[in-house]
Amino acid sequence: MSVLLEVDDLRISARNDNDELTPIVKGVSFTVARGEVVALIGESGSGKTTIALSSLGYTKPGLEFAGGEVRLEGEDVISMGPDQLRGLRGQRVAYLAQSAAATFNPALTIGEQVTETCVLHDILTQEEADARAETLYRALELPDPDRLGKRYPHQVSGGQLQRLMAATALCGKPDLLVLDEPTTALDVTTQIEVLKAFKSVIKQEGAAAIYVTHDLSVVAQIADHIVVLYAGEIQEHGTAEQVVSKPGHDYTRRLMHAVRPPPAAGQGDETSDEHHRKAPALEVKDLLAGYGIIQNGLPSITVLRDVNVAIERGHSVGIIGESGCGKSTLARVMAGLLPAAKGQVLLDGEELEPALQQRKREELQKVQFVFQMADTALNPRQRIDHILGRPLEFYLGLKGNEKRRRIGELLDMVELPQDFAGRYPEELSGGQKQRINLARALAASPEVLLCDEVISALDSIVGANVIELLKRLRKQTGVSFVFISHDLSTVASFADEIVVLYAGRVVEKGTTDEVLSPPYHPYTRLLISSVPELRVGWLEETMETQEAQAGIDRVVMLKDKGCPFFDRCPMAIEDVCDEETPPVRNLAGNHAIECHRSQAEFAH
Amino acid sequence: MSDTPQEAPASTPFDELPTAPPKRKIKLSWPGKIGISVLIFWAVIVAIGPMIAPYHEADILDEELFIVPGSDEMYPDTDFQPPSSIVWLGSDYLGRDTLSRILYGARTTIGISFIATLLAYLIGVTLGIASAVGSRFLDMSLSRVNDALISIPSIMFALVLIAALNSPGIFWLIIIAGVIYATSVFRIARSLGQEVMVSDFVEAAKVRGEGLWWIITREVLPNIAMPLATDFGLRFVWVILFISSLSFLGLGVQPPMSDWGSMVKENLSGLVYGSVAPLMPALAIATLTISVNMIVDDISAHSGGKLAKRMIS
Repeated sequence: MSVLLEVDDLRISARNDNDELTPIVKGVSFTVARGEVVALIGESGSGKTTIALSSLGYTKPGLEFAGGEVRLEGEDVISMGPDQLRGLRGQRVAYLAQSAAATFNPALTIGEQVTETCVLHDILTQEEADARAETLYRALELPDPDRLGKRYPHQVSGGQLQRLMAATALCGKPDLLVLDEPTTALDVTTQIEVLKAFKSVIKQEGAAAIYVTHDLSVVAQIADHIVVLYAGEIQEHGTAEQVVSKPGHDYTRRLMHAVRPPPAAGQGDETSDEHHRKAPALEVKDLLAGYGIIQNGLPSITVLRDVNVAIERGHSVGIIGESGCGKSTLARVMAGLLPAAKGQVLLDGEELEPALQQRKREELQKVQFVFQMADTALNPRQRIDHILGRPLEFYLGLKGNEKRRRIGELLDMVELPQDFAGRYPEELSGGQKQRINLARALAASPEVLLCDEVISALDSIVGANVIELLKRLRKQTGVSFVFISHDLSTVASFADEIVVLYAGRVVEKGTTDEVLSPPYHPYTRLLISSVPELRVGWLEETMETQEAQAGIDRVVMLKDKGCPFFDRCPMAIEDVCDEETPPVRNLAGNHAIECHRSQAEFAH
Repeated sequence: MSDTPQEAPASTPFDELPTAPPKRKIKLSWPGKIGISVLIFWAVIVAIGPMIAPYHEADILDEELFIVPGSDEMYPDTDFQPPSSIVWLGSDYLGRDTLSRILYGARTTIGISFIATLLAYLIGVTLGIASAVGSRFLDMSLSRVNDALISIPSIMFALVLIAALNSPGIFWLIIIAGVIYATSVFRIARSLGQEVMVSDFVEAAKVRGEGLWWIITREVLPNIAMPLATDFGLRFVWVILFISSLSFLGLGVQPPMSDWGSMVKENLSGLVYGSVAPLMPALAIATLTISVNMIVDDISAHSGGKLAKRMIS
């Protein structure tokens, strides 16, 4: 194979306000051959995106090339002038950003945007480009390829948009594709469909690609070569098979350690009953909630229906589902941020007011909410000691020395140094902020912690550390956890009970072992089979299964009647599943599945 | 028995990335520094202007001063005299010292504008925040009234008010300017406030059970103070120009008090004689407003241009 891109001793530095240079990329060399996918893997801050962008002759503002060469077919792109770069970008090297939703212009049709680049560069005429786009839609297995170009971005799903991004990039037949975390923000079921489409289209087009990600298991599916980066230096470089099966470097092993094993029974934390009391710590009964104006007791958009969940004292309940299934809404109803339209929220067996304004201070204290994004959940204008001190003062009436001592204890608890008390949130890293976010919730001495996707925005290693911390805190404090995540592996490693939500309904619930071992609800089975495994060849095997073929690439719809999973279910019964609300089947223990199929039929 | 822990050793070389970013500091570039110097210069003039002025603002200079030694001209012209050792910046149409009038006028022009801007902020921020945190009904009614007011051209609006009040004094001038500029402050405060109100940390405060007052003073205000302070500079410039325009039309500060805007207007006829009298106060207005603009630009460059964009609208 001939070499397409050579990165030779690349050095990139950042210039700060005092005009000092800090090296970000410290002498990185690797090559990309034609038709090959090279993955750059590392945590945020490792310089992987910076390196990938250098193949476009581009650096982010504040960064500058400090040495080395990036040669595309022997030509150095770093020393190119603006005119040459214009010819290079979009034409020979195409870039695919992380968020398709943010990249597409909602006011233009998909077709206009997919063909725009290659028409602008005079590679193809508009007609040729339209024809080429249609071929690509087919190659990417997008629905309705003839008319897709005339639709607008909001009319297709997130996964489809992500694939359309690939069509945009590929339309001008570039030599090299740069994919920057293209599946990170997607649900597992969507991720699979996008990965599969990318893989086959790259093969068909014979394009080379640089694939930037922090997720080893994704890389194992798509890359030929893997470059492992840490702090701007290459730690390990080898074929995918080699790196995944025989990691040669400590850091790679650590990355692999942080990849949670595929969800299976027996991983959950052990349940302790030492804090057990009669009534569950928190319970919701027959909940119906949604957004918009409430008319006749029904909100204009219903998000949750017939939801019954009980959180026993000291237990942790994982709530899992794809985006839009109502996970966060459930947490918001529990916290009182969104009053329920129908149903009850009970704390210690006593009914809570639906809206938090009417709840008593002691009730608010017992249920604490941990927000997803620590970046936005901490007031940037308050010092850490103020952020942690306020709940202490507000709920517990602590002042002066006592408050200071307790702030110190809280920082200890989340494994941060004491002198962080005097810092502002912007002086902390992402993982550290998330720890403060947790500490603030713990400051109230709560009985239930509602954790909404608390590690989704964190790198795998940082996230794994936070999970360890949560486990320890749970043992120490006996707090009950509601752990919301779209990542089944995370939930499986932390929760001792799991609630599976689909389109606002609880489709399955039970202990972690019960939910993660047969019998499964068809949706749970789809979710489990969609979590990428850390081995080469997993993607192909999975795509063969009937769940994957039936359930992937469908839009989740909220329905008033029938089973919401009907059109994605490989076991659906025509005229029953789409008409009648499925019955709840109580199996052994607390295990319950909501489905028309009988227990015997789940088994296989 | 040695049990080896599964996780990596404590002194691992692979720390969480990235390390905590350093604290951001605002460093002014040289246009910003020039702006600050000019602004400080004018602030000093406001404080000590009348003390260092060679004459009083209302003094019509004696002809004797202008008698050139050795000349037999006993009654020389005193108006529109060019700069000389007697009148450093020349004299105006009545034969008053331009320099003294600018020094006195700094206090009037900057003082009135500053108080009017403060008033605009007091009204605008209070109502804007109320609108951002209050009920939908309150927000709608305040916003619609504001829209109505903002749609009237400000000078016209001021002219009508001044005519209705029958040439009122400085007090009313400040009130009028304050109310007119409160409308744009309202819009900015409201949109900034709304943005902060939907942020997670305000939601966190709500879940904690904090009252509205605490949320406004501790969560919202500190986060909008910086953009508002920057906008204050710009708004201040607009008010100076506004007051000067009114004075230029003869409806602002009344003679014999000096004010930069009215000085330009009074001496406009001097342009024909090549007098610098109308240029000097214009230059004073220009230096002050441009320097404030340079500072604002510099600060908004540091906040990523987001600020500047919002303030244009």
